[in-house]
Amino acid sequence: MLGKLDWSAIPFDQPIPLIAGGVVLVGILAVLIWVVVKGHLPYLWHEWITSVDHKRIGVMYILLASVMLLRGGSDAIMMRIQQAIAYQSQGYLPPEHYNQIFSAHGTIMIFFVAMPFVIGLMNLVVPLQLGVRDVAFPTLNSVGFWLTATGALLVNLSLVIGEFARTGWLAFPPLSELSYSPGVGVDYYAWSLQISGVGTLVAGINLVTTVLKLRTKGMNYLRMPMFCWTTLASNLLIVAAFPILTATLAMLLLDRYLGFHFFTNEAGGNVMMFMNLIWAWGHPEVYILVLPAFGIFSEVVSTFSGKALFGYRSMVLATMAICVISFMVWLHHFFTMGAGPDVNAIFGIASMIIAIPTGVKIYNWLFTMYGGRIRFATPMLWAVGFMVTFIIGGLTGVLVAVPPADFMLHNSMFLVAHFHNVIIGGVLFGAFAGFEYWFPKAFGFRLDERWGKLAFWFTFTGFYITFVPLYIAGMLGMTRRLQHYNVAEWRPWMIVAAMGMAVLSIGVICQIMQLVVSIRNREALRDRTGDPWDGRSLEWATSSPPPVFNFAFHPDVRGEDAYWDMKVAAQQQSLEHDELEYRDIEMPRNSPTGFVCAFFATIMGFALIWHIWWMVILGGIGAFATFVVFAWRDHDEYVIPAAEVAAIDRVNLEERRNLVSMAGAI
Amino acid sequence: MNLLDPQGPVAAANSTILVDSVFIMLAIVVPTIFAILAFAFWFRASNTKARFQPDFVYSGRVEMVVWAIPALTVILLGGVAWIGSHKLDPAAPVPGTGSPVRIQAVSLDWKWLFIYPDQRVATVNTLTVPAGAELNFQLTSSSVMNVFFIPQLGSMIYTMNGMVTRLNLRADNEGKLQGLSAHFSGDGFPDMMFDVNVISPLAFPDWVASTAKTDAVLNEDSYKKLMQQGIEKGRPTYRLEDPRLFDLIATQHIPPGPGPELVSDAGRSHSGGHDAR
Repeated sequence: MLGKLDWSAIPFDQPIPLIAGGVVLVGILAVLIWVVVKGHLPYLWHEWITSVDHKRIGVMYILLASVMLLRGGSDAIMMRIQQAIAYQSQGYLPPEHYNQIFSAHGTIMIFFVAMPFVIGLMNLVVPLQLGVRDVAFPTLNSVGFWLTATGALLVNLSLVIGEFARTGWLAFPPLSELSYSPGVGVDYYAWSLQISGVGTLVAGINLVTTVLKLRTKGMNYLRMPMFCWTTLASNLLIVAAFPILTATLAMLLLDRYLGFHFFTNEAGGNVMMFMNLIWAWGHPEVYILVLPAFGIFSEVVSTFSGKALFGYRSMVLATMAICVISFMVWLHHFFTMGAGPDVNAIFGIASMIIAIPTGVKIYNWLFTMYGGRIRFATPMLWAVGFMVTFIIGGLTGVLVAVPPADFMLHNSMFLVAHFHNVIIGGVLFGAFAGFEYWFPKAFGFRLDERWGKLAFWFTFTGFYITFVPLYIAGMLGMTRRLQHYNVAEWRPWMIVAAMGMAVLSIGVICQIMQLVVSIRNREALRDRTGDPWDGRSLEWATSSPPPVFNFAFHPDVRGEDAYWDMKVAAQQQSLEHDELEYRDIEMPRNSPTGFVCAFFATIMGFALIWHIWWMVILGGIGAFATFVVFAWRDHDEYVIPAAEVAAIDRVNLEERRNLVSMAGAI
Repeated sequence: MNLLDPQGPVAAANSTILVDSVFIMLAIVVPTIFAILAFAFWFRASNTKARFQPDFVYSGRVEMVVWAIPALTVILLGGVAWIGSHKLDPAAPVPGTGSPVRIQAVSLDWKWLFIYPDQRVATVNTLTVPAGAELNFQLTSSSVMNVFFIPQLGSMIYTMNGMVTRLNLRADNEGKLQGLSAHFSGDGFPDMMFDVNVISPLAFPDWVASTAKTDAVLNEDSYKKLMQQGIEKGRPTYRLEDPRLFDLIATQHIPPGPGPELVSDAGRSHSGGHDAR
């Protein structure tokens, strides 16, 4: 009846996951009860869960990423503590638990923190920057989000029901094959990624189409803000790379479920093929993450320097160069697998070539600051912190692209330090910068600067105290994923890294405090003008938060920094087009399709993991039926009458006139 | 296990390339970081002495320089990578004194088996080699992937079931080194560290002779026992019965090692229900 599922799946003898899972469960229940008792449920359902508004979906993506960041961060803290104390002892985590933690940490941080964070920001901002009213496929957008949430839910379910993979975050066979990992861990891993992978692919298709097809009047390609360019590049990579991941995991699942031999030791399976395929996705993946971050920094550096982005066309070229080259370097992840010297050298050099456009980006930000008037608001601090940190990560990255150096550093703690250097210093700093920068746009009030700056400085120093020791440990020959060790010279560095982790955690606490304090003081921090940072692109041309239709009129773009040009023109000619002719606006209707479909996908995923076949069929039919019902819908749009549009827009215009006249007075 | 304290020519060449590459990059990285901090500081909004140039948004000359600097660095480093990859190919010969020693390494769950086919001895978790001689490694795995790595001797290489990889090394100084597996392979992975005893070439034949006297014999049967999952705390040595044992393993005449035992041992109940098979 219940497949492999029975009471032994609940880890009653393991206090840590049981207590952690219990606390989370109580937390979720408490929130749910609060929502129901206070009568917020209809609001949540109508305004958020079934919303197809790109801004709402973007916010939900970021909320998901933030919650999962806490989960992945707890894993990181546990790992650092384990390695600090597990010298000549077993520490406090047995191998079967420790191995799950590092596998879950990697999986969660990449798929359920970094990905939803950047996709959330793109969702929130890109349609506004392009001057349009929504993304190309609003309901599909909601489906993409809810499927990502399904994946995250399944990963967290493994904490209390069964186990997670004990194979590392890429589940290399043959270790991940049934013979060496007979438990449900790898199945949890693979099915969560299959389901959330569909969500990511859908989001990618949606954003590519949005950028290519939905731009406002005059917004031709070479007038798009840099963030739209990096969004385009990143989502092109998603569309090209995620099917490889899906296919690879499908082959692994066929091996595990139906006795195929794609990657087994026996019967002609080839483990090296898995390595190639997973990295053919995996290397573009890191650029999928970091390109949007580059876009965020371009916006932030330009805005807070009070200048247009230096070398805009050069930046576009660099972005697209990275997009293309990132597909041609995957082999550098396994130089030590014994490929010949020609292959190694060619892929090593190709990897270095990516450093050229990346270097160009750094220099262009540098010259954007040159001759600027730099305001050090929190987003700008993250940007400068990023530039310094990312260069160091770039240096160590090019170093491991030199095959003979990689022969010493492959899989070492040095490598661990390197990719945290670029993912924390690049993607996470970028996500935080974007969060601070666009928060006022999403919610209508700014975030508290004092807590924001504290958060930056603790995270920045905490990062170095944590990861410089890991670089050193790598130079002392320490490899990754060690549950315990007997080498005395590694110990001090592990202790320092654990202390660094404590400082990093304070940074995270500051960020939570910032949110709490800002929500309390929201009236004082209110952004009435819609343009709190003296911005340059179109998202600042509408109110904060924007009305559901974003813009009453499609903006007419005449140059690179669309909104900046409008502000300059407005100051010169005064902002008077008195009688605007407002028209009715059609917007897509809310739809529960995404939520219902993800509900069935969750059931199906869970049933597949535990071999509960009747439930698999039930979930599959449910998800399919959801789409059929959606496809047969009669009304997919509703109309906002011109009078209502006018009422909303006049308030916004009034605030803006005051702003312009004030600026004019100065 | 300091990578910058090499004990053989391969490690020495690897670490030289490592250090050289870092210095080549530091030559542009340090000025760039300095420039970022300097520009950010000087052009702060409160500095009235800094000249505001909002129209300085493009300069062909600057663009040429900023594309050229990283490109030139990469050309230089690309040369290092090309030459280094060829010179330090793991399979390239490493000439040494005396006749080369052939060693066949097998990664097991979770221990290292070292077979000396010419000397007809085998050891577990200790590698004894003569100083100065070329060491020809052939490597394979009994089950999952591992990476064979002796940090102070240089270049690591994967071990994979059904496949043979090659690695040539040389140890120049007598003494005790440590090796490890550099690819996660399961619960016993941290215990896959092994000792490397580098002894004088004169003492090596004596070591072989004394090892050959052990009662324990390595053949298909004892190998199959050895490849059961488990951690080896001791340092067993064997007399090698059949010098073709490695070939039997690498060609899968001896099937790949079993995974976890079907009857799960106590304390492992958190393994997600029962075995699926």
